[in-house]
Amino acid sequence: MSKTVRPLETAAALDAGEVPAGAPAETLGQYAHGWWTQVRSGQSGILPVLGGLVLLVVIFQLLNSNFLTPANLTNLMTQGAPYVILGFAEVFVLLLGEIDLSIGYVAGIAATVTLQLAAYPNPTPWWLAVLAGLAAAAALGFVQGLLITKLGLPSFVVTLAGLLGFEGVMLYLLNNNAASSGGTVSITNNILSDIVNGNLSNIVGWVVMAACVALAGLFFWSRDQRRRRAGLSATPAGLTLLKIVAMGVAGIVIVVICNTDRGRGAPFSGVPWVVPITLVILVGWTFLLSRTRYGRYVYAIGGNAEAARRAGINLARIRTSAFVLSGLTAGAAGIVYASELGSVSTSVDGGTLVLDAVAAAVIGGTSLFGGRGKMLHALIGGVIIAAIANGMGLLGVSAPAQYMITALVLLAAVVVDALSRRGSTATR
Amino acid sequence: MTTDALPGARPAPAGRAPAGATGAGLLPAGAPLLELRAINKSFGSVRALTDIDLVITAGEVTALVGDNGAGKSTLIKAIAGISPPDSGEMLWRGKPVHVSHPKDASALGIATVYQDLALCDNLDIVQNLYLGRERLHLRTLDETTMELGAKRALADLSVVTVRSIRQLVASLSGGQRQAVAVAKAVMGNAELVILDEPTAALGVSQTRQVLDLIKRLADKGIAVIVISHNLRDVFEVANRIAVLYLGRLAGVAPAAEFDTQTAVEMITTGTRGARPDTKVAADGEKDA
Ligand SMILES: Nc1ncnc2c1ncn2[C@@H]1O[C@H](COP(=O)(O)OP(=O)(O)O)[C@@H](O)[C@H]1O
Ligand SMILES: [Mg+2]
Repeated sequence: MSKTVRPLETAAALDAGEVPAGAPAETLGQYAHGWWTQVRSGQSGILPVLGGLVLLVVIFQLLNSNFLTPANLTNLMTQGAPYVILGFAEVFVLLLGEIDLSIGYVAGIAATVTLQLAAYPNPTPWWLAVLAGLAAAAALGFVQGLLITKLGLPSFVVTLAGLLGFEGVMLYLLNNNAASSGGTVSITNNILSDIVNGNLSNIVGWVVMAACVALAGLFFWSRDQRRRRAGLSATPAGLTLLKIVAMGVAGIVIVVICNTDRGRGAPFSGVPWVVPITLVILVGWTFLLSRTRYGRYVYAIGGNAEAARRAGINLARIRTSAFVLSGLTAGAAGIVYASELGSVSTSVDGGTLVLDAVAAAVIGGTSLFGGRGKMLHALIGGVIIAAIANGMGLLGVSAPAQYMITALVLLAAVVVDALSRRGSTATR
Repeated sequence: MTTDALPGARPAPAGRAPAGATGAGLLPAGAPLLELRAINKSFGSVRALTDIDLVITAGEVTALVGDNGAGKSTLIKAIAGISPPDSGEMLWRGKPVHVSHPKDASALGIATVYQDLALCDNLDIVQNLYLGRERLHLRTLDETTMELGAKRALADLSVVTVRSIRQLVASLSGGQRQAVAVAKAVMGNAELVILDEPTAALGVSQTRQVLDLIKRLADKGIAVIVISHNLRDVFEVANRIAVLYLGRLAGVAPAAEFDTQTAVEMITTGTRGARPDTKVAADGEKDA
């Protein structure tokens, strides 16, 4: 295709009356109406899920007043991070209408590789160890992606084999390496430990938060302006402002919580490193999915693979690379998880991890049927999963009951997914 | 590709302005665009197509009619490169071409619209129209340009009002979906648009919208082949009617030379029955 430089002005000069499509929604009322139509067609957005999270928080706080303490909330952030990042990994494949059951142990292998390389007797630099762990994880995703696309095998079966086989690999590595003893490899590197246990200083926390909100606000605002200049309908300015303010408030709340002294004895405060790390992954992958051709193709394949093929999209390449990205992201989750635990041992349960990851994505609103979902869903869903685990832990709910309640929440999310899918096609 | 693939670049009313993958612009209405010569196709012992000679002209709607199993789908699959013929010749703008893959067909400017196979329900109209040919700006999606182009494409075809060009295709009616699928085909600089049963699943007003759309395509100078079982629709839009009977071309003639009864006769018996004096072009072309 040639580059076509088309002056926007001429296009914008098209008489609006000639253009029946694309009714502009410039007022809040019109916008709300449009939103409601979208909800009815199965794109409910994240507001209902956020409402569910708020409800959950209120219930836990009423049952145990320790839930909303700064110490516990910061704890919840660090506990939730591995689930959230593993949820990001799962979103890539769920969007294609596939599933990856292996990422729990892919995470375990990445963590093992990283920790063993960075440990005594022969420690490699931490960043090299991290790169090696991530590369191993991406390679595992690549192999599975090839099996799925080249041989046409169902992803469910291939990654189920991965779930079993990679546990074996992880156990083998843990039991046959000088860096680990008794099936456990501990973190000996401060930086790896700090991923979850280190904190930004109070000042830096504020600066980073302010910069993030300012950048995001600038991005939203300039996007709206660009659309208006081109004569296209844009989000009402009031709503964009509201979004930016909401982001600012959320940022302030998080920093205030994290900057409150939560030390026992010695003062201890600050935003855990893992919070901005998670945000960077969120923003990066969101950008990839929503602003690049690659992301568009992932959605297209998940929506209608045949139409995507007819549009000239290379299905095998996109599918395989999605499994690579899934593996890579799972590797990051594994390293974060290891940092939180302080070690990796043979007791890492990749089966439960992957189910929590799927649950995080689906609870947040990503469809199991493919084509619908966002990285943000895994963030919200992961926080919900972590909040349930954390809250029930505070309440002293037994492990069996915790499993069952988490299962019910997941089931509810899947039911909503199936119903909204039906709603989206019933309007035709 | 060297030309602007946006249909908006084509002045809407005249329909003779530069376009087309070859960069040479659409042929004038009535000029032969695609010539099929002695096309044969067999599936094992079944002769699905036997010596089909057919000329498709620019700016005209050619209706392909025939009973089930007559070979209509096989013929358009041959043209579209999905299932190439066993023998025969294809001339595109007078030059022999080999269409052995759907890509060959779309490179020539042949677009086939399959209902429900063309669109992704989970993407909006703009995203669907530009699927596979996204516009980029600094390596990221240029949504503004694509949305403007999509608006033009739909306005160009006077496509029935959609609430928003950013609504998901899943929320469109059957007629609207068909319109978007056609717009998508035309945006790729199609000179020949093939529609297989475009009104099959549609209600009365939706059918009307699609028929209007087909006429508009022809008015713009695009050649259209429509397969339809509904003779009323055929008589409404078609300039010419080609009747297939058991894999042979039973006849092809301007629509004005048919009435419903003769059409039904030819479809069911392959001949015009007991009126040899009105026998129409059973062996060739006779353009009005
Ligand atoms: N892929 C195929 N394999 C075997 N026979 C086929 C195949 N496609 C079509 N046919 C046969 O070719 C003949 C023409 O079919 P088709 O073109 O689908 O008819 P129409 O679209 O007019 O109903 C029929 O006898 C059909 O059974
Ligand atoms: Mg057919």
